[in-house]
Amino acid sequence: MRINVTSVFVDDQQKALRFYTEVLGFRKKTEIPLGDVSWLTVVSPEEPNGTELLLEPDTHPAVKPYKAALVEDGIPATSFAVADVQAEYARLSSEGVRFLQPPVDHGTVVTAVLDDTCGNLIQIAEEKRPS
Amino acid sequence: MNDIYRALADPTRRTLMDELCKREGQTLFELCARLAMAHGIGSTRQAVSQHLAVLEDVGLVRTERQGRSKLHWFDGTPLQAIAARWPIPRGKTKS
Repeated sequence: MRINVTSVFVDDQQKALRFYTEVLGFRKKTEIPLGDVSWLTVVSPEEPNGTELLLEPDTHPAVKPYKAALVEDGIPATSFAVADVQAEYARLSSEGVRFLQPPVDHGTVVTAVLDDTCGNLIQIAEEKRPS
Repeated sequence: MNDIYRALADPTRRTLMDELCKREGQTLFELCARLAMAHGIGSTRQAVSQHLAVLEDVGLVRTERQGRSKLHWFDGTPLQAIAARWPIPRGKTKS
């Protein structure tokens, strides 16, 4: 068994596709129209055959209060690994991305939390090698 | 009924104040991460939220919404009442 797809609930799939590809830098992997919505996934260019991120519509009535409660307490919907959080913070900030938490060094890991503009907070994390 | 002395008596609450002095405007998630990573305090989010409510109740923490998130600030103003009640002698303060 392996994890091949994980998901974030987004308020607008096309807006999400633009943010996750043009701003964060992922690539579109699949887009299968299913009526009003699509099976829409992106992957990291670093791992084109790796785990796909499904940009899932948040239309189910349970999802919006769930997302709102997470955002209120600053809890990220998911976390992405990066090589250098500080560099990503500088790059994404210059692209206009809003960070709720700038880079914080927790010792073994550096994290930052950004707003994906689709109703989610996303954590980026850099694991530090033990020295 | 919480008073400032009861609020200050708890070590986790004092650590929350320490962490809020390091960076203003933190979410519950960030504070929980800092407690866990820097202090080995594995309290639940609900417990940390209750500690923050006690601090807010006595005015040592202020909260404000930024967008749809709730952020926390340390506010030392209530501590002035302690120093006014038991004044610190002039010239005897350490660093």
